[in-house]
Amino acid sequence: MSTLTKQTLSHLDWLEAEAIHILREVAGQCANPVLLFSGGKDSICLLRLAEKAFRPGRFPFPLMHIDTGHNYKEVTDFRDKRAAELGERLIVRSVEDSMARGTVVLKHAGESRNKHQSVTLLEAIEEFGFDACIGGARRDEEKARAKERIMSFRDEFGQWDPKNQRPELWNLYNARSHKGENIRAFPISNWTELDVWQYIQREQLELPSIYFAHVRPVVRKSGLLQPVTELTPAKDGDVVEDVLVRFRTVGDITCTAPVESDADTVEKILAETATTTITERGATRMDDQTSEASMEQRKKEGYF
Amino acid sequence: MSALENLPDIDNGLLRFLTCGSVDDGKSTLIGRLLFDTKTILADTLNAIEKTSAKRGMSAVDLSLLTDGLQAEREQGITIDVAYRYFSTGRRKYIIADAPGHEQYTRNMVTAASTANLAIILIDARKGVLTQTRRHSYLASLVGIPHLLVAVNKMDLVDYDQAVFERIKAEYLAFAARLGIKDVRFIPISALEGDMIVDRGERLAWYDGPTLLDILENAPAAHTEQAEDFRFPVQFVCRPQDSANPELHDYRGFMGRVESGEIAVGDAVTVLPSGASSRVRKIELGGESLPRAIHEQSVTLLLEDEIDISRGDLIVKSAEAPEPVKQIDATVCWLSETPLSPARTYLVRHTTREVKAKLAKIDYRLDVNTLEQEATNGLAMNDIARVTLKLAQPIVADRYADNRATGAFIIIDESTNNTVGAGMIG
Repeated sequence: MSTLTKQTLSHLDWLEAEAIHILREVAGQCANPVLLFSGGKDSICLLRLAEKAFRPGRFPFPLMHIDTGHNYKEVTDFRDKRAAELGERLIVRSVEDSMARGTVVLKHAGESRNKHQSVTLLEAIEEFGFDACIGGARRDEEKARAKERIMSFRDEFGQWDPKNQRPELWNLYNARSHKGENIRAFPISNWTELDVWQYIQREQLELPSIYFAHVRPVVRKSGLLQPVTELTPAKDGDVVEDVLVRFRTVGDITCTAPVESDADTVEKILAETATTTITERGATRMDDQTSEASMEQRKKEGYF
Repeated sequence: MSALENLPDIDNGLLRFLTCGSVDDGKSTLIGRLLFDTKTILADTLNAIEKTSAKRGMSAVDLSLLTDGLQAEREQGITIDVAYRYFSTGRRKYIIADAPGHEQYTRNMVTAASTANLAIILIDARKGVLTQTRRHSYLASLVGIPHLLVAVNKMDLVDYDQAVFERIKAEYLAFAARLGIKDVRFIPISALEGDMIVDRGERLAWYDGPTLLDILENAPAAHTEQAEDFRFPVQFVCRPQDSANPELHDYRGFMGRVESGEIAVGDAVTVLPSGASSRVRKIELGGESLPRAIHEQSVTLLLEDEIDISRGDLIVKSAEAPEPVKQIDATVCWLSETPLSPARTYLVRHTTREVKAKLAKIDYRLDVNTLEQEATNGLAMNDIARVTLKLAQPIVADRYADNRATGAFIIIDESTNNTVGAGMIG
């Protein structure tokens, strides 16, 4: 093996070029795609990549958010602001509407609505006839996701069949589907949490404020910091503390926990991310910890 | 090896590599060792696999649990599908494609190898070169992986004996010559003990070459060191006519990825299959103008003349234009549980173009263990064969050996939309 001679792209440029290529393949192969935008850091990167892929034209797809009604206001405000800045169409569909229709039935009023997003997502796919949903999931997030294709096929019930996936070779993606079926496309599959933060730094991307260190009342429970909010009030016997925290992922309030941190800039978050000892979802997601296969189970039911 | 200290220096690109070998060869242990010694496995992940290992009554941590992500895999204790793993050393980012070693091996290995630039072939020092070593090496060379690294593992079980290593090396070189494999290196390791993976250890002092990680850090990131012809399949055409900005009224941007070679403003280009010619007026990326674009960059090309170009067309340098063809000879790997039906019409996706295709003939099927050619009328899953395909429309292709991007195609069954075959032209 000889030394490095031929000019090649830096790792971040390579990841960016791959993601742009994937976005353009979705636009070229699918008739009616949509990009899922939650206001979270991964989908904020997706929007920058879509700008690089399609400007000066408009995006060849609308943006959509499946709102559980339990999202932090800082994040949904940011979502609306970003969509308006880009001048792109934002569709919001709400789990609460599915509850009103009776298609989502909670076991009890306090149950997390996170997994019920799948129902609302499938209803929205049907309503608009989307044949592809572009999402910001990454393979390094979770072990079931490590096995997922970049273009992942879902049947008419939105189900993922992990044992029967289309082989994916070279960069020849197969995004074909019949009516009623759809493709989930993941342009940043090959990115890690560190890559995402490096990209945010390089592109100087704006983020919702809760990604940065702030003081928040929390209760320490089963190794996680559970935020005390109107939706998740402290229970009798809970010790409420004001702690300097930041969110590594932002999702449904009822199942996303912050981590202790004084990182109030992207640079400090990068430094923390490079030296952390706990995985992104391990530190923050209550919904992934119920069993070893909980993500896989949700994905089989139509979840991202 | 702290990623933090080296953060600003991550600019040595990205290397995609493949690990071949069965669980018995210590493949999972090697991957686990690489992730562990580069501090990629985090405490909670380690914690989770420690718990699972203990639950199954194992005394040591089973590192294969790191790569077996699906419920069915954990239940059956086997790897079903290709898994991708990531680590970064601070100098370079790595993507490992880990292919399982069971009955669907050919299909999965071809899939994993298609995006890799280096393959680590593991050999158990006690067993030497086996049938499966030959099969892995053949498939790696078939899919055009330019660099092979033969890691003779479990040196701890042969007392770190240099003679064992040298014997295996000589045996391997004898058959590698027959396959035409050029760039192959050898390294003695113990994945279990961590010798010669990230740290040298003290027990392999007779080996004076670089460690396994050093080899990865310095391997060329580009698929080939040769200058390649410029190939730009058009993915999408940008015509923002409805824009309020009148300057954009005549904007026609041809969006795609430079699959090989490079292009500069002013270069003479030809659009295939139409054959129309023009010059590059502008190269854009995210609103910025670039003087040139290189291999693997996703950009937008603007041309001096108004030419009708759409998705599926190929832009090349006028001096390097290949001829469109309506028939191709190729080596095909069949990927589907449903066998190939010689009477049916399939869809071939080549670059960004899709054409209908029919089988003209099968020359032979290859036994991947003995490399012997066998006559056959059909193809079943995991078969590799030399075939000729007739195409309904022309495609503009190169030999796979000359160009991985324009020499590769997949075969799609339109009834299910499944990807059922992978082909390499030439």
